Amino acid sequence: MTRTVSLVEMDEGQAGTVRELAGGLAFVRRIEAMGLRPGIALVKTSGSAMWGPVTVRAGNIQLALGHGMASRVLLDVEIGEKGQRHA
Amino acid sequence: MRRVLLVGNPNVGKSVVFDRLTGVYVVASNYPGTTVEFTRGRMRLGAEQAEVIDVPGTYSLEPTCAAEEVAVRMLDGIAVDDVVVNVVDSTNLERSLNLTLQLLARRRPMVVALNLWDETKHTGIEIDVPKLEAALGLSCAPLVAVTGMGVKDLVERIGLARPSMVSFDQARRWEEIGRIVGEVQRVTHRHHTFLERFRDASIRPFPGLFIAAGVLLAAFEIVRLIGEGLIGYVLGPLFEGLWAPVMMRLSGLLGGSGFFHQLLIGDLVDGGISFAESMGLLTTGLYVPLAAVLPYVFAFYLVLSFIEDTGYLPRLAVLLDGVMHRVGLHGMGAIPILLGLGCNVPGALATRIMETRRERFIAMTLIAIATPCMAKTSMIVGLAGRFGAAGLAPIFIALFLAWLVIGKLLAWLVKGESPEILVDIPPYRFPHVRALAKKLWMRMAGFFREAVPWVLAGVLLVNVLYFSGVMRLMGRLASPVVRGVLSLPDEAAGALVVGFLRKDVAVGMLAPLGLGLRQTVVGCVVLSMYFPCVATFAVMLREPGARDMLKASVVMVGSALAGGGPSELGDVCRGT
Repeated sequence: MTRTVSLVEMDEGQAGTVRELAGGLAFVRRIEAMGLRPGIALVKTSGSAMWGPVTVRAGNIQLALGHGMASRVLLDVEIGEKGQRHA
Repeated sequence: MRRVLLVGNPNVGKSVVFDRLTGVYVVASNYPGTTVEFTRGRMRLGAEQAEVIDVPGTYSLEPTCAAEEVAVRMLDGIAVDDVVVNVVDSTNLERSLNLTLQLLARRRPMVVALNLWDETKHTGIEIDVPKLEAALGLSCAPLVAVTGMGVKDLVERIGLARPSMVSFDQARRWEEIGRIVGEVQRVTHRHHTFLERFRDASIRPFPGLFIAAGVLLAAFEIVRLIGEGLIGYVLGPLFEGLWAPVMMRLSGLLGGSGFFHQLLIGDLVDGGISFAESMGLLTTGLYVPLAAVLPYVFAFYLVLSFIEDTGYLPRLAVLLDGVMHRVGLHGMGAIPILLGLGCNVPGALATRIMETRRERFIAMTLIAIATPCMAKTSMIVGLAGRFGAAGLAPIFIALFLAWLVIGKLLAWLVKGESPEILVDIPPYRFPHVRALAKKLWMRMAGFFREAVPWVLAGVLLVNVLYFSGVMRLMGRLASPVVRGVLSLPDEAAGALVVGFLRKDVAVGMLAPLGLGLRQTVVGCVVLSMYFPCVATFAVMLREPGARDMLKASVVMVGSALAGGGPSELGDVCRGT
């Protein structure tokens, strides 16, 4: 089973697949050109404490996105995975 | 003349390729956005000369920020026989090809340079070059620009470049790219290296912030050690042992007094030369830039350039993002400010990496007011250091508080939007000695150009003002402010005037006044904050323009009086 969450809601170290870039054309183009677009698998490497930036790794690419942008990147994550991490 | 345009994503090494092709060195660093304005040079292409242009990095020809717009405008003006060299990060083929496919649709002679080829090996990537050439319809050259591997081959291919005849469906570009990458690239799994683990750890708030504190403390300690070592063992003895006797002989030849003696040698202190206090062109005028300031500037740029080339700075920017937002900037704003700690001029110029006018204005004002450059810092350490931490701590704490308060005020007052950070974080790389040495050399040459003439002008001005009696008059006129508000002796007015030219000379002028602890602290803080030096002033006038400069000046003078006036600083001194 999968669930859709934003990058901000993901746990540090959790993996997911980009489902949608929920923003305007300029935002979508910019994020896509930097390497994130629907279908890309990534891992959240750090983030979002105190409204700080989120960092993700996708293959050889590592990006830092501000909190607002990160909240507009939606991903599919395995539901079990999140539970397992806390178990 | 034919033109060769180097085009590629940010931070793929275009500037290093430019250096290799032209022999003209431009500053390259391991973070995106180092080249915001383009650079031109020349190279030989067969029998003729061609102009090489280092185009600012862009991810796409559908521009999303200022630097990218510059790149797109330059490509719009391209002639039929101009050559596009698309510099590609071989370890990120998929992202790079997005730009490649947009570029080749323009049907200009084009070559793909597969840079960072050496890194594909330890990242487990295999690229089938002939297959890639067939898929793109372009000549592709593996390249390691920092070592020079593949440069000759690339130059030959530039001479033979032809437009691609392959057509792609631009509306379904990512699918086309996915298909090509699937055909030409094989990725083998490998275990995580130590550097990769460190890479992830250094970006998390914990332990990242502790690592950052460690890196910065170590950096300042190394700068101090190298700076002190050079002064204590090399330049100090050189001036005292070799130059002082020459100056004493010259002093004798000039008769020990008179206008020229004053101008060249200055005042003798206890019958001898005091390089810190004599204030002659050949004594203090040479000693301040070469022996007091240069060692620290050299040490600072050596350490900073090393850290830059490892790729640590974007990580620091991410960690500092929260703090920087309080002053109306985002994390990347920390980079120009860090550069400003060396010299405010390159710091102010580096604010170009910020996207909006508002951010550039705030960053520049913060650099000019409360970011002490190495020249100023080394003189402050020399002057206030005799009081130990009791003298130094209040000065730098006051400057830091001023930085925070003024930043907060500016963030609140200056209208405009405050974009969020969006930055590609490069992998850690071990700095390349040749590139590092060149960058250090460029920055030292910049220091000589910006600093030494102004130090001499400052010393000259001091002498003219003293000799003409203007200094005494100014002291009396400025007394209500200097003595009344700041509680400094009237003579300090001279330092404030000279401070318009150079802060290091101005701080040096406080030395003979025999100031107490409190006066030293106030003097140093006011001199730091009240106005930028003339070189920084020129950049601020040119970059954001006269109106913004005027606004910044009001903030500066106001905050200098507010910060230096009340006796709070004195209380801080007594407290420590």
